[in-house]
Formats: sequence, C-alpha cells, structure tokens
Amino acid sequence: MSEAALYSPFVAIALAAVATYASRAAGAFLSGKIGTESAVIDWITCVTYALLAGLVVRMIWMPVGALSTTPDWMRFTAAATGLAVFIVARKSVGLGVLSGTLTLIALTWNAF
Amino acid sequence: MLHCTMRSLFKSSLNMSHTAPTDKPCTFATPRAAFWGGAREAAGVPMMVMGASFVGFGSMIHDLDWSVWHAVFSTLSTWALPGQIAMAEMAYTGAPLMALVLAVFFINARLLPLAVSLLPHVRRPGVATWKYYAVVMLIAATSWVGTMRRLPDLHQDQRLHYLTGYGLALYLNMPLATVIGFYIAGQVPLPITLALVFLNPLYFMLLFLFDLHNAAKVLSLIFGAVLGPLLYQIAPDWSLIATGLVGGTAAWWIGRSAWGRHVQDTWLKRETGHE
Repeated sequence: MSEAALYSPFVAIALAAVATYASRAAGAFLSGKIGTESAVIDWITCVTYALLAGLVVRMIWMPVGALSTTPDWMRFTAAATGLAVFIVARKSVGLGVLSGTLTLIALTWNAF
Repeated sequence: MLHCTMRSLFKSSLNMSHTAPTDKPCTFATPRAAFWGGAREAAGVPMMVMGASFVGFGSMIHDLDWSVWHAVFSTLSTWALPGQIAMAEMAYTGAPLMALVLAVFFINARLLPLAVSLLPHVRRPGVATWKYYAVVMLIAATSWVGTMRRLPDLHQDQRLHYLTGYGLALYLNMPLATVIGFYIAGQVPLPITLALVFLNPLYFMLLFLFDLHNAAKVLSLIFGAVLGPLLYQIAPDWSLIATGLVGGTAAWWIGRSAWGRHVQDTWLKRETGHE
C-alpha cells in the first residue's frame, strides 16, 4: 500500500466514468458490426472475471476501512454462510446475500 | 391484444424452443405507454436488488471518509457498480491512476458486449444516432437482463421508449440508494455498517458462482481468486490489473486449447448458443 492518495477522489471518479462510458459507446458503435461471440469479447470477459475474483477475495480476506477491524474468521464465516444458503436455496443470490450479511451482523454485534 | 397473440404464435411456429408467451401484455398502446410500462417493470425486484448494492456502495464511500458528493457523482457518472467499487478501493489505497483506469476499463468492459447484443433490437431507421449513444448510458447488467427478453415482443417504434423507461427508472433511483447508504453508515450501529460494506463482495461472489458452465470463466475465477491476494503481497498497486490480465488471459488461452474444450465437453454442460 502506498502513501495517501496523490490525486483527488474527483479525478479518480471522473476518469473511471470516462473509462466506463468508453465501453458503452464502443458497444453502440460496434452493434451490428461484430457478433457477441467473438474471441476478443471472450478474452475481455475472462480478464474481467479474473480481476473481479481477485478483488472479491481481497475485499473479504484483506478489506480496507472499518471492515479491516473485524477478525478474519467472522468475514469467512459470513461469506461461507452466504455461499451455503445460496447453494441450498437453488442459486438465490438475494437469500445468499441476506443470510451472509445477517451472519456478519450477528457475529459482530457483541464484539463492537 | 389480438395482434400480440398472433405475433407470439408466429414466433413459436418459427422457433420450436420458444418459451410460452408471458401473461403480461406483450405490447403497449403507444410509445409513451411503453416508456411508463418499462419504468413500472423496473420498479420491483430489479430496483430492489440493484438498490441494495448501491446502498452498500454509499456505505463503503462513507467508510473510506469520502464525501456524499463523491458517492453521488460516481453513481451518476459511472453507473456500473463493480467498477465504482474497484475505483474507490484503488484510489483509497493509493494505486497509480493508470492502473485504476485500466482496472475500471476492464471491469466495465462487460458493458460492451451487453450494448452490442441489446442495441440491434432497438435500432430502426430514422432515429438520430445520438439517441443510441445516450441510451447506452442506461445499459447495465440488471437493465440488460430485464429488457432483453421483452424487447423482441414489442413494436419496433416502442422498443427505444421501453428501454429508456426501464433504464431511467433504475438510473434515477440509484443516486438515492447511494445517499441512503452513505447516511445509514453513519447513523446505525457499526455491525450494520460493516454488513452493508460487506454486501458488495458477497453479492459479486454469488453473482459469479451463478453461472459456472463455461470452462474459461471458471478458470478465470480460480486464477483470479489465487492470484489476487498473492500479487497483492508482491505489487499492491498493480495487483488487480495484473491479476486480471495474467489470470484472465491464461484462462482464456487454456479454454480455447484442446484440453479446455475437452473439459468443457466432458465436465461442464455443453454451451447452448446464448448463456
């Protein structure tokens, strides 16, 4: 982790917005010109999946901010509960997220 | 209504696998009605699920000690959550701007195929090009899933209105969800704030595990989950973008290889046309 951010959050937000709109605009431009099954789009999808999987693991295992004050096992237990409910409830993302967050509330309730 | 039924019959006769027509009216009286119809259909489960994740984003921004204006500005200008969360995380940990922009670009590049596959349904002659460049701002995973299955059943001149109504209803409510999340984070007991922040990674984790029928995607998830924390120890600033590029490219390459195809055919369900 480097020293405090060297740029204002507004700059980061604005650049992120431009980087995001670029994909939407490129999509508008390309619609009808390329198929959705092209190798380039497959590659972009794979890079995104790997990147976000890395981010998700990091946010659960090594979070920043207030969440970093909670013990690892609480976050792992909450994530595992969410995952278990998700599987049992036939891939219900809503129920999985609800049970996982409720588990974290229950675990941290008396700890803080 | 008669016209609507005939269209359905016509479609089913063309495509045997066409699912039963929905009981909802499959067409609207006017383009204006299509706009409001779209907004009404968005204002239910889609808005709740999406709203919950933006509440989480608002809480996260509060947790990082940014202002509510940062949170609202990000939601209005980007309106694509995984990228917004990566942006906030990376800016907070002081990642280089170039790494941040690249990471957000790759994360939100999924909008490109979404737009490419959705827009042909709303395109029609005589509509100004700028309208397409405006309406893509309303394309996100939630609005794509919600409108994609309805658009083919609508009149050609109602589709753009329907999509605009659906997307705008979601778009205009997310800054509200963001603000609610931001202020909830300061007012409720700490465990609830923590849970709202925790909601984001949990939501994305489950969203990814929802569809595991593609060998390359599964490999991408595994490589990313392993490389993410590992590279973070070595080069924190560039770890996310490196995780994506290395893990994703390797997974994509293996997925295309003979072995990858073998695994796809043997262990995972054969992919059928569209995911």
